[in-house]
Amino acid sequence: MSTNEWPLWEVFIRSKQGLNHKHVGSLRAADAEMALQNARDVYTRRSEGISIWVVQSALITASDPADSEAYFEPSDSKVYRHPTFYDLPDGIEHM
Amino acid sequence: METLTQEKLAEKFQAKIDADIKIEPNDWMPDTYRKTLIRQISQHAHSEIVGMLPEGNWITRAPSLRRKAVLLAKVQDEAGHGLYLYSATETLGVSREDTIDDLHSGKVKYSSIFNYPTLTWADIGAIGWLVDGAAIMNQVALCRTSYGPYARAMVKICKEESFHQRQGYEIMTTLMNGTEAQREMAQDAMNRFWWPSLMMFGPSDAESKHTEQSMRWRIKRHTNDELRQSFVDASVPQAELIGLKIPDPNLKWNEARGHYDFGAIDWEEFWQVVGGNGPCNKERIEARVKAKEEGEWVREAAMAYAKKHKS
Ligand SMILES: [Fe+2]
Ligand SMILES: [Fe+2]
Repeated sequence: MSTNEWPLWEVFIRSKQGLNHKHVGSLRAADAEMALQNARDVYTRRSEGISIWVVQSALITASDPADSEAYFEPSDSKVYRHPTFYDLPDGIEHM
Repeated sequence: METLTQEKLAEKFQAKIDADIKIEPNDWMPDTYRKTLIRQISQHAHSEIVGMLPEGNWITRAPSLRRKAVLLAKVQDEAGHGLYLYSATETLGVSREDTIDDLHSGKVKYSSIFNYPTLTWADIGAIGWLVDGAAIMNQVALCRTSYGPYARAMVKICKEESFHQRQGYEIMTTLMNGTEAQREMAQDAMNRFWWPSLMMFGPSDAESKHTEQSMRWRIKRHTNDELRQSFVDASVPQAELIGLKIPDPNLKWNEARGHYDFGAIDWEEFWQVVGGNGPCNKERIEARVKAKEEGEWVREAAMAYAKKHKS
């Protein structure tokens, strides 16, 4: 039975010009065209968007939350990547 | 070794909950947390979907084009709410089809309020005002629930719900400003929907099996009785303002508590309706099963078409 289930799609919406597409949720649809139409009906009933992307969920590769500490630790320890790491002489207000 | 790891994971999990860090789909979670969420979110999804039936009953008979457009938009929103919530349920690793089959087999319930019939146009007013009002009380609290996809669905739903309650109250206000017969119709709807609306919050805290654990996991953020009290406190002045009487001889303001006292709820009726013996239980499930069965060939055809045009 479940083999007949329509594939799952992830929906991304650009809410207005100048902003990124943002993940808003998912839905089921037989093909990309239907996924787009359903996304419009389900996620933009109140002018929430001006552009929609749909991606089949099965095509997304995700990092594993169980590994997230080790995976993202290297960037946590590199404090010198942030401007607050550096000492400035008195008298310099904005840099 | 294995049990120790599980314990450690459970400890870390509870620490996250206590720090108000949301749990996301692929994070480790206790089995019972997952099961509780599947039950609660799918029950919520089913309520949105079944809830379209009593209101849909009046779309073709709405008294004006304005009312019809509004009711259509509201019912369409409820379909959307059902879909957000089915998606949230799926993130917990259950298939949508199984979830829907659980509704049809009676394994999972929906809100008992939707087993009452909509006899007059005033019922559409009472539902929007009271039933959506009660749902909003519950859903606003759930915007802070610990499971990320559920909380996000709730935020979106709450934004959409606010017009639902207003349109219902507007219907009631219009009827109360109308003829004697219209006022009677509004009061009659109030009389039938008031107590079932209070029952929507579920059994009293003393009787509620799941409350304690759900509060600890922050799936629930307020108890059933707390939410019910807020609903009564908010609704009484709204009723009074337009001249509707609350059908409860024991209702009265309690200065010391700063809340309204209200009469005892007929829990026998509640359990009867939950157990399948409400006025419309059979009809509601039959409508859902019919929709699924009669749509089967459409779903198959769409899939076949998609496969054929893929290459
Ligand atoms: Fe809803
Ligand atoms: Fe609603």
